[in-house]
Amino acid sequence: MADIDVYEARGGYSAARKALTEMEPAQIVDLVKASGLRGRGGAGFPTGVKWGFVPKGDMLKYLVCNSDESEPGTFNNRELIETDPHQLLEGIIIAAYATGCQRAVIYARGEFALGAERLSRAIGQARARGYFGTSIFGSDFSLEIWLLRGAGAYICGEETALLESAEGNRPMPRSRPPFPAVVGLYGKPTLVNNVETLCCIPHIVGRGAEWFASIGTAPRNTGPKIYSVSGHVNRPGNYELPLGVTLRELIYEHAGGVPSNRKVKAVVPGGSSAAMLGGDQLDIKLDFDTLAAAGSMLGTGAVVVMDETTCIPHASLRMVEFYNHESCGKCTPCREGTMWMVKLLRRICEGGATSADVDELLRIAQAIGFGAPNITLCALGDAATSPITSGIKLFREEFEYHARHGRCPTETQWPTATHGQERRGDMPDLLTNIPPYMLRDETKHVVPSVPQEPR
Amino acid sequence: MPLSFETRQEIESALGRYPERRTAVLDALRAAQRERGYLSSDTIREVAEILDMDPSALVSLVTFYDLFHDNPVGEHVIMVCRSISCYLRGADDLIQYISERLGVPVGGTTADGKFTLKTIECLASCGTAPAMLVNERYYEQLTRERVDQILSALASSTSGKATATGGAQ
Repeated sequence: MADIDVYEARGGYSAARKALTEMEPAQIVDLVKASGLRGRGGAGFPTGVKWGFVPKGDMLKYLVCNSDESEPGTFNNRELIETDPHQLLEGIIIAAYATGCQRAVIYARGEFALGAERLSRAIGQARARGYFGTSIFGSDFSLEIWLLRGAGAYICGEETALLESAEGNRPMPRSRPPFPAVVGLYGKPTLVNNVETLCCIPHIVGRGAEWFASIGTAPRNTGPKIYSVSGHVNRPGNYELPLGVTLRELIYEHAGGVPSNRKVKAVVPGGSSAAMLGGDQLDIKLDFDTLAAAGSMLGTGAVVVMDETTCIPHASLRMVEFYNHESCGKCTPCREGTMWMVKLLRRICEGGATSADVDELLRIAQAIGFGAPNITLCALGDAATSPITSGIKLFREEFEYHARHGRCPTETQWPTATHGQERRGDMPDLLTNIPPYMLRDETKHVVPSVPQEPR
Repeated sequence: MPLSFETRQEIESALGRYPERRTAVLDALRAAQRERGYLSSDTIREVAEILDMDPSALVSLVTFYDLFHDNPVGEHVIMVCRSISCYLRGADDLIQYISERLGVPVGGTTADGKFTLKTIECLASCGTAPAMLVNERYYEQLTRERVDQILSALASSTSGKATATGGAQ
């Protein structure tokens, strides 16, 4: 689907054509509202409502597509970009028309060299057919598009840090208000949407809001969702399923179950920012509201499965180290707090701690995260505390055992386990289990220099 | 030695590519790094001059982003993902194996200047974990055997720059 001929032969760009030639912008915003689509990038905010915040009128406005996918466990944007870039471009055209944005910017994370190359080619193809530029589809709508690449920083997925990065500044989140819808890229009103969100748009316009809302659970958890499944499963990968599939179905029917039929010990249901669930919660529905009610979140829909060989304090440490590394350092609670959480957790994991350290760890986490309102500019600090607060809530005895003995109870029970990491020979050969499009032959896969983006 | 004509030209053309000039800064640094391997303070000063920016503004970017190197690196920079999904599928074992094979700790460069070993956070390759990024290219579903093959191929290739992509977008 990377080629425009293939895409168009399957009906591609017909939704954009319909939108621009037969529909009023306000009609499309209403349609997206009626579909119940909620942002797929993590926050789950209703997309149509967000579109409604973009000021009306003739001023210059930007649409920014957030492709800085970096949340641990998440890999669906990468696949959408690499395998079907035109679907994203079509979504961008419709969204820009609906909100009156004359300029669009795709911000792709720096690591996505292949994705950037394919997007760049797709943009060139679409422009050659007049889908970008002036008078698109014979309408009076004009849209210019740019592709930017980051250089490796998780925080750029936060929408205001992304704008800072795109403007060439050190990517630290801005204080809000004003929100990007009012003062965004280069100071202009800006709508920021995630890749997967924008990829839903052509289908909503093409097949209708009722069709979209008939998938999942209306009215608040509608549509399909691409779940990224990784960790201890036989067939890791992206699975597009109705929003609200159960964790059990996802793991056992789609992802092939757990290697050697071991038990699921814990699952991160929405990227590592989401609170862990226990292995006894497999019948939970993976949608926005059910997971929020369970004290976790759907986040990006990245499901990381940890089997019974996993040492939870070590796994939590690895997740918190990520946030410590990626904290931009602007807000004190996040900058200092993530560092102290890593230090304490490391002491608990490696020995020399006491059970008072477990309480101290929890106290720090609660001081930074969710419970303390508005003490950081963005959600990174909150996210950093999830592995700790949920880990201690579910597996406190493991943290205590580690602190007291400086040893791992999981390792004692599973002598060959190295803290839940793969044991050679115990995992099936991944190459036989993954879908063909995921196979990459490195010998053939020499990426040529990225062509200059035509203007 | 000043930056090559090609690199300067690439930076100049990036400056005209976006709605505002300053947006080109990451492309400019990427272009300079592709030529020099890393971004020394001299290189940063040169880029700053072309961009008409203060060098300290560029330093604050180089130190922020993981894909920029502010110290000398080998011809091939191996960045192994250490985040949770790769961790669960054996990343630590792999990092240790590569470290032993190359005879350098994480962050180190081999004596022949061929390889630098680094770790990196989540590459969005969790479904094909464990994974690494070498010269801007992904290598996934790694095992010790595959790492052996990849390192041997890289060791005999002339330059990481031959396979490097990206930048000028």
